[in-house]
Amino acid sequence: MTTIDQAPPVAAAKRDRSRAWRKMKKNRSALVGAVIVLFFAILAASAPILPIIDPVATSWTAIRKAPSAMYWLGTDDLGRDILSRMIWGAQASLMAGVFSVAIAVGIGVPFGLISGYFGGWVDMVISRITEALLAMPFLIMAIALAAFLGPSLMNAMIAIGLSAMPIFVRLTRGQVLAVKTEDYVEGARAVGLNHFEIMTRYILPNVFAPIIVQATLTIATAIIAEASLSFLGLGQQPPAPSWGSMLNVAKNFLSQAPWMAMWPGAAIFLVVIGFNLLGDGLRDALDPREA
Amino acid sequence: MMRLTKLTTALLAGALFAFPALAVDLRIGLQDDADVLDPAQSRTFVGRIVYTALCDKLVDVSPDLKIVPQLATEWKWSADGKELTMKIREGVKFHDDTPLDAAAVVATIERNMTLPESRRKSELTSVAKVEAAGPLEVKFTLKSPDVTLLAQLSDRAGMIVSPTAAKALGANFGSKPVCAGPFKFVERVQQDRIVLEKFKDYWAKDKIFVDKVTYLPIPDTTVRLANLQSGDLDFIERLAPTDVAAVKGNSGLKYDATVNIGYMALYANVGNGPRADNPFGKDKRLRQAFSLAIDRDAMNQIVYEGTAVGGNQPFPPNSPWFNKAIPVPARDVAKAKALIKAAGFDRVPVELQIPNNPVAQQMMQILQSMVAEAGFDVSLKSTEFATLLEEQTRGNFQLSRSDWSGRVDPDGNIHQFVSCKGGINDVKYCNPDVDKLLNEARASTDDAVRKQKYDAASVILNEDMPVIYLGHQSWIWAYKKTITGFVASPDGMIRLQGVKKG
Amino acid sequence: MPVYIGKRLLVAIPTLLIISIFVFSLQKLLPGDPILAMAGEERDPAVIEFLRDKYRLNDPVVVQYFYWLGGVLTGDFGISLRTNQPVLELILQKLPVTIQLAVMAMFFAMLIGIPIGILAAVKKNTFIDYIANVLALTGLSIPNFWLGIMLILLISVQLGWLPASGFESIFVDPVRSLQTMVMPAFVLGNALAATLMRHTRSAMIGVLSADYIRTARAKGLSPREVILSHSFRNALLPVVTLSALLFGELLAGAVLTEQIFTIPGFGKLIVDAVFNRDYAVVQGVVLCTAVGFILMNLFADVLYVLLNPRLRATL
Repeated sequence: MTTIDQAPPVAAAKRDRSRAWRKMKKNRSALVGAVIVLFFAILAASAPILPIIDPVATSWTAIRKAPSAMYWLGTDDLGRDILSRMIWGAQASLMAGVFSVAIAVGIGVPFGLISGYFGGWVDMVISRITEALLAMPFLIMAIALAAFLGPSLMNAMIAIGLSAMPIFVRLTRGQVLAVKTEDYVEGARAVGLNHFEIMTRYILPNVFAPIIVQATLTIATAIIAEASLSFLGLGQQPPAPSWGSMLNVAKNFLSQAPWMAMWPGAAIFLVVIGFNLLGDGLRDALDPREA
Repeated sequence: MMRLTKLTTALLAGALFAFPALAVDLRIGLQDDADVLDPAQSRTFVGRIVYTALCDKLVDVSPDLKIVPQLATEWKWSADGKELTMKIREGVKFHDDTPLDAAAVVATIERNMTLPESRRKSELTSVAKVEAAGPLEVKFTLKSPDVTLLAQLSDRAGMIVSPTAAKALGANFGSKPVCAGPFKFVERVQQDRIVLEKFKDYWAKDKIFVDKVTYLPIPDTTVRLANLQSGDLDFIERLAPTDVAAVKGNSGLKYDATVNIGYMALYANVGNGPRADNPFGKDKRLRQAFSLAIDRDAMNQIVYEGTAVGGNQPFPPNSPWFNKAIPVPARDVAKAKALIKAAGFDRVPVELQIPNNPVAQQMMQILQSMVAEAGFDVSLKSTEFATLLEEQTRGNFQLSRSDWSGRVDPDGNIHQFVSCKGGINDVKYCNPDVDKLLNEARASTDDAVRKQKYDAASVILNEDMPVIYLGHQSWIWAYKKTITGFVASPDGMIRLQGVKKG
Repeated sequence: MPVYIGKRLLVAIPTLLIISIFVFSLQKLLPGDPILAMAGEERDPAVIEFLRDKYRLNDPVVVQYFYWLGGVLTGDFGISLRTNQPVLELILQKLPVTIQLAVMAMFFAMLIGIPIGILAAVKKNTFIDYIANVLALTGLSIPNFWLGIMLILLISVQLGWLPASGFESIFVDPVRSLQTMVMPAFVLGNALAATLMRHTRSAMIGVLSADYIRTARAKGLSPREVILSHSFRNALLPVVTLSALLFGELLAGAVLTEQIFTIPGFGKLIVDAVFNRDYAVVQGVVLCTAVGFILMNLFADVLYVLLNPRLRATL
């Protein structure tokens, strides 16, 4: 799990977004990352309209065929077209990454905000629980939760989201602690705004940059985690494809049909590298320290 | 240069010292880790494989599934079938030098029947009393005639353990098992290895040509085979059918295969709770249609590369108990459609619960597309095995896929699944006629009579179809060419008597 | 210093209590009845009832929790439902395996990560730096389990150079031990190498631009001396701390690696236990890992203070 605890506290003033954007554009590797991510996102989104074979259509006469003109990436153990399954699988894998991080952010950030903003015993309780959760190994948590919820893609996403959540609590809390004594927050308080307004209008926008960066990097982790769970049989269930579940099947045919394992593995690798590049680029762009 | 030579000599000497040339070391790759190594408590298939080397039984099973002598040299049923007398082999010793006599046999059987942790109780329910009729003679008195007892005694219930060790260790016997098999226990590291060494006082020691056996659990079939190919293992069980070609193509390896005594099946909930209350559970025509829509041969070809055989009964077609009057049906979509129509349906939704392992999933996806052509819309619900079992017991399923590892006596493949009070009758099928036939078959010592009863029961079950049998897998073993003397047996065991490595 | 450690330990107590509750509730979370699976293919009702009682599964949850906690505090983690072995014994048996794997992985990670990190820092913004960054990203992005099965396919199956699985203790047969561990340690270590490399790089960049380095350069010391004796020593500080922290994560990362290479360590123990619903083992192992993680954190902090003369003075 990549964390960016080392990131500095956010500067007080509102961020110069156009400056960040300019830096971002200059950062070639971030651009490459964005292109990769975009490519797979478009591919996944257009799966229903692309002229490809039905990803669950089986063919007894084309079992485990090597890549050819007919089947560009070969076929799997049920004679299904791997190219088509890869494209539909992209949907599952990307969704798993984005959804689970949305869950982690959606729960983690509010708790972090509350914890950092109010302090006192609320902070004490939330912090101790977060610490305890962080001490539990991420993948083991996810495996136990996924086993509890039952094997399915949705449940795997929930399990990963919940396991990744404490990182966002801690990150947000730290950021809030840094900004809450700033003048503009004090000012807002003096004007008589209520806690909710202060938190959402004044604090949240100023702590959001590192959260975005962390979220992007966590998507990369989450995609690998989904693949890992599917690999253990706890993710996407047949006949629907995901890259991880394709790998799970492929491992039984390593010597007979190595292509079955190669494509999904390579795709996971590419997407994850895309998100990592993008995350790094965002960090550099949003980091006020480096010019 | 001098130093180098010295070093090489030292290394060579060390190597010679560490590996005495004469010791024959056999390394066997198993698919799972065995559970507790106490014959009274254990329940895994791989555990039984280890026992074939560790613990001798009263009787054994031959490759053609006949009961043959092991620790008991001969036995006799009384005329009413309620008494079984066994003569115990003379001069047999346990690994701790305790002599094996009638008293030890009685102690073991009583332990199996009374130890609170014992998993053998249901196998020995018919036994009322066991006693020593002489120093080397044991008498079983039964509550009611039960010919299946002999088959039970050919497995864990009949493995005789040292009374000294059993008394000392109690339920902890598995931490250091002491039996009377050809090999004795050395050490066990969970999930890693079980090591046994040759027992020098074994009663048939002239048949043992291996000095040390190491069992290594390696669940992944690819990795298991890779270890055999690289020479780290000598022998592996349950080779994946898709890997048979790789073994054939390797000049240093060979393989053996034989159809096993178990079966693969779909269990249809016909009476277990509210989930049975649906057309598929209520109308046998739909279940018949479902069975007809399956191309068993094609399925076996794709999933098992032709190593499995199709089936429609609890016994494989090559078994003497198979009812030849009901052959395995060929696929007949038209007839299946007609049956569905007769039942008043066009398309029938069915939820099929399957274990989340790739092989089961592959097979059920094939089945899904086959029966779809006849009119069944099957949705697959994958669960982990631990959950699948629970759902099956609780009746929270419509159709469920699971396997039975098989028993030597036909009774073990059928009675407990479909008799009204059967312990694992998860489908809650209940038909007094079937009960009567199965109980009569259990009581008769005449195989011809038994066969007649099972044939009659099979006809009824094939009609009502609470269990849709799919077929029978093969056990496939692969091993180095240098290994000789291994005999493939339908029970899947690896018997080391006569096995040589040279 | 002892006061500082004592304070830190005291603060860890509530966290540990919360962890114990989480760990215990794992049992209630997992669906499926372990006793059913344990009762064997025949599932004898009498056996099932006996086992339920024996493992206190019929008691109220709270009572079960306190029994368990009481046991844990006295060193009794219960016994494995599957093999009847005491959980503590299992843990002590498996821990050395995973520690050996983790140490070797860490060794790989440092061997690859630190030199490349230094190189990248020295050659900042050159082609070498760029390549190093690509390497690091590759390490971070490649799915461990995929790398594992690809290596088995290539190195064990195709080339037959290394065993595909297994484990031998380094104290019993060092050669074989290393042979079986090379691939898993590499698979586990490569992601860490990436993290280490990046941190070494940024720490070195920070140090290289510091005033005293400029002074040293101005004094005419060779670049080699500047980098190795002056810069690296100072850059080492955060790297060492980070290594200690990563070590905790390594234990967790071993889960899939052990599964693929069939290494009988902690990770395999826990995954198998989850799938077999071997509650006592799941609880015991997760608890140990969590405690280990907290201890490693503490260790890292103490190390940081010890290595940093300025901080040491304030304590």
